[in-house]
Amino acid sequence: MEQFASNFGLLLQFPVVNLKIVIDGVMIGALFALSAYGLALVWGVMNVKNLAQGDFVIAGGYVCWWLSQKGLPALLGVPIAFLVMAGIGWVVYKVVICRVIDRDLFTTLLATFGLAIIMAQMLNLMFGSDTQSVDLGYETLYFMDGFIDVPIAKLLGVLMAAALAIGVVLFMKYSRMGQAIRATAQDVRAARVLGINTDKVYAFTFSLNAAICGAAGAIIVMVWVIQPFYGITHSVRAFVIVTAAGLGNLPGVIAAGLGIGALEQYGAHIFGIGYQQAIAVLLLLLVLVFRLLQQRRVRQSLQ
Amino acid sequence: MMRVKLSLLGMVAGAILLPGTVLAACETITLGSAISLTGKYATNGMHAKNGYEFAIQKIKDAGGVKFGGKCYNFNVIYYDDESKGDRAATLAERLINQDKVQYMLGPYSSGMTKAIAPVTEKYQIPMIEAEGASRSLFNKGYKYLFAVLSTSEQYLASAITLAAEKAKESGKEPSSVKVAVAVENDPFSLDIRAGVLEDAARYGMQAVIDEKLPRDLSDMSAILTKVKLLKPDVLIVSGHSKGAATAVRQIDEQNVKAPMVAVTHCEAADVTGKFGAAANDILCSTQWAETLTYEDPLFGTAANFNTEVKAAYPDYANKKVPYQLAQASAAVYVFKDAFERAGSLDKEVLRDAIAATDLETFYGGIKFSEAGNNIAKPMVLRQIQDGKYNVVAPSAFASHPLNWPRN
Repeated sequence: MEQFASNFGLLLQFPVVNLKIVIDGVMIGALFALSAYGLALVWGVMNVKNLAQGDFVIAGGYVCWWLSQKGLPALLGVPIAFLVMAGIGWVVYKVVICRVIDRDLFTTLLATFGLAIIMAQMLNLMFGSDTQSVDLGYETLYFMDGFIDVPIAKLLGVLMAAALAIGVVLFMKYSRMGQAIRATAQDVRAARVLGINTDKVYAFTFSLNAAICGAAGAIIVMVWVIQPFYGITHSVRAFVIVTAAGLGNLPGVIAAGLGIGALEQYGAHIFGIGYQQAIAVLLLLLVLVFRLLQQRRVRQSLQ
Repeated sequence: MMRVKLSLLGMVAGAILLPGTVLAACETITLGSAISLTGKYATNGMHAKNGYEFAIQKIKDAGGVKFGGKCYNFNVIYYDDESKGDRAATLAERLINQDKVQYMLGPYSSGMTKAIAPVTEKYQIPMIEAEGASRSLFNKGYKYLFAVLSTSEQYLASAITLAAEKAKESGKEPSSVKVAVAVENDPFSLDIRAGVLEDAARYGMQAVIDEKLPRDLSDMSAILTKVKLLKPDVLIVSGHSKGAATAVRQIDEQNVKAPMVAVTHCEAADVTGKFGAAANDILCSTQWAETLTYEDPLFGTAANFNTEVKAAYPDYANKKVPYQLAQASAAVYVFKDAFERAGSLDKEVLRDAIAATDLETFYGGIKFSEAGNNIAKPMVLRQIQDGKYNVVAPSAFASHPLNWPRN
């Protein structure tokens, strides 16, 4: 308790810490937001709650890491991871997801959970259980007497994440496929009646999700470290963010991602870094309770 | 599941080809070991197995284990425990009950050793282990468990001593030193934390940061921000390879200026290869280094051991011979020494002979406490200096002076 108080005291004593925490949090949150957006997509369009979301992220990270081991520039790993994971996502859809998509919630959860275990183990067998990371070798920018540090690699990662997010939004808005995806999300039967091949839309959506995750993973391996069994961390956060933001709400997902990043950093600062993930889950709980109360009010007014 | 009968086969071949030679006269002592050949500990399990086999071959070449007018060679029955504790315990039962093994070599990791020790204890089978460092292994009153390596609370405790020495040199009281500790929440790292805090308390030092690292995510910027604010003199980080990788990367990114930073698992995380100059002046703990001045009649010096292993196992030609391999060889050497002093194959007599071990080896001194841990060998601290690991503590073995303060 004493430690919490002194940690809290530091925030007031050194106001610049607050700025640092927010900047760190926002940079982390931007990367969470990316995979969360992919999840919102498959959840909203296909009603599949993909528990293997984090493992797609890690797989993308390994694609980038592997390429950099082969001597390719790591930044090239981001688009290549995007493409490779798009392919893997398409195969996964054809082999697993298309068979369970019409089933109940429980079946899709089990299928994607199994997928998560298989993917983590395959990565473990292929690349070993050591932690890996790619060092871009860029400088770090310092502000406020060197107190606030912004590694250029991280900044670049956030910019790439932003570019990808904007690209996806434009694609959804203006391309034929994007329109078809939105139509399918609104009403599958109506979309079919109007001649949209919904199976193709599903396959495309799932593969797009895997691709977004792959790119996110490629960015993550350049700013943090990855390990075959880290997928769950990213899955949990993606779920928290999507639940908090709601489906089909991209600005909401981004805001929630950034917010959760910052709140986690605050929590880590005050309660200790060991509680960082607990704070993410606690936030999920609070959001769920809040949503439930909200809905209850709606139901009562209906009676 | 692998059963190695190499030395047995060799003996049979020898007996056929050269009847009546010295080689054929040697009998076999069978040891058993459950070791991780697959699963998450596979890499290190393999190092341990190579260490056992290297020592066994070496002993054989030197004429075997000699007592009572006869000579013996070791043969080990290995089973793969798949890096799972329950499997390791089952395999230990199997080695003892079905294969009638009377003496055991340890598995890899504290966790596996913890799973096997109750079994060997139940059947009163002496086990010499080389890869389980957790001190929780040595407070259970086990009588048949012996470990050649230093226990985990000693891994970074010498960094505290070093910090105290440096404080004195610069004319300050050791009690003025501020310590920051960030360790993962697992038995091994918590041991390290306990060791560091005990030593810090002895000097009257103050622990200004004492935090647990999360198992995943690998972002410790919140702790490092506090380090920048509270300016500790020593920063201790233990979180296996990812802890080392994250610490080295983020200390550099955030430009943290702690005068002394000590970390475990530097080699495993390959911090010099991954982060280059960012890893300079970081202190890393190790059980053994080939530059140490230890030696014994069988393996020669530590440096000689290093060269011979590289020659015998080309896998290590281009990398460091890990200490996990060296300590496994040392465990076999303790068995040889104990058998020769016991002069008997009886496991009770042997157990007492092991307990009385007082041996100088290429791996360091070996002498067991009542609890079975080795109290004769200190942990070594190496500092990364221009990308090379140089021994800087304890001062008796230091090959290079410490770069202090960091940066």
